[in-house]
Amino acid sequence: MKQTTQFSSISRRHALAMLSAAGAVVLAGVPAYADGAAVAAKIKGLTGGRSVGEGDIELDLPEIAENGNAVKVAFSINSPMTVDNYVKAVHVMADGNPTPDVASFNFTPAMGACSASTRMRLAKTQNIIVLAEMNDGSFKQAQATVKVTIGGCGG
Amino acid sequence: MAKIKPRVKVPKKAAAGEIVEIKALISHPMHTGRGKNKKTGKKIPRKIINKFVASFDGQDVFTANFEPAVSANPYIAFPFKASKSGAFTFKWVEDGGAEFTASKKMTVA
Repeated sequence: MKQTTQFSSISRRHALAMLSAAGAVVLAGVPAYADGAAVAAKIKGLTGGRSVGEGDIELDLPEIAENGNAVKVAFSINSPMTVDNYVKAVHVMADGNPTPDVASFNFTPAMGACSASTRMRLAKTQNIIVLAEMNDGSFKQAQATVKVTIGGCGG
Repeated sequence: MAKIKPRVKVPKKAAAGEIVEIKALISHPMHTGRGKNKKTGKKIPRKIINKFVASFDGQDVFTANFEPAVSANPYIAFPFKASKSGAFTFKWVEDGGAEFTASKKMTVA
């Protein structure tokens, strides 16, 4: 009951002013890191808004990375890799780095299988998103979280 | 500056139809543009390897585009289906357009 009385004592104008002030703080306080929204926007840009399926992507990521400077990232995608049915491109993204992109790969049927492995920098604990584009224009994605004990940006 | 040196691992021999793994690494600091020189406090400008292209007998088979989030000394491993003997060429492109190449032969029996 006490709460209600407190709320009613704030005029509407007052409340609006407070809200906009809070908004300004949030805007100014956004750290220079990508977030889920940046990754979502990136995925939307790549897929053109088409729906993204799941499955067939196997991620090989450590659960905990002691050193964010070099974190193994590997994936393999179940695909026959024939001229009619192959994985065209794979995009690796991270939602807690200064920019969402990590790397992207273009595959060809000549490879016979679809997998790749590299090492990336992670600034902090975050989600890794792998988006695969098939030759027929469909998309698949997989996601995993990596805990980072020491970040790997700047220095 | 440390010398930029590519290193690749390709099996010398493979059976026809076998899927082999190709590994490629280049020594490169991959400056993100965010790091600072500890002595001078000045920002180190961005300079990374932004592209890696693997081709077999002149045909591109695999391309990787790297962003600053890729670690120093970028390493990449990928599969390739051996069908005939030939030569791989690997190309790394640095910001600013400098290119580094390596090549390896593979015999398919």
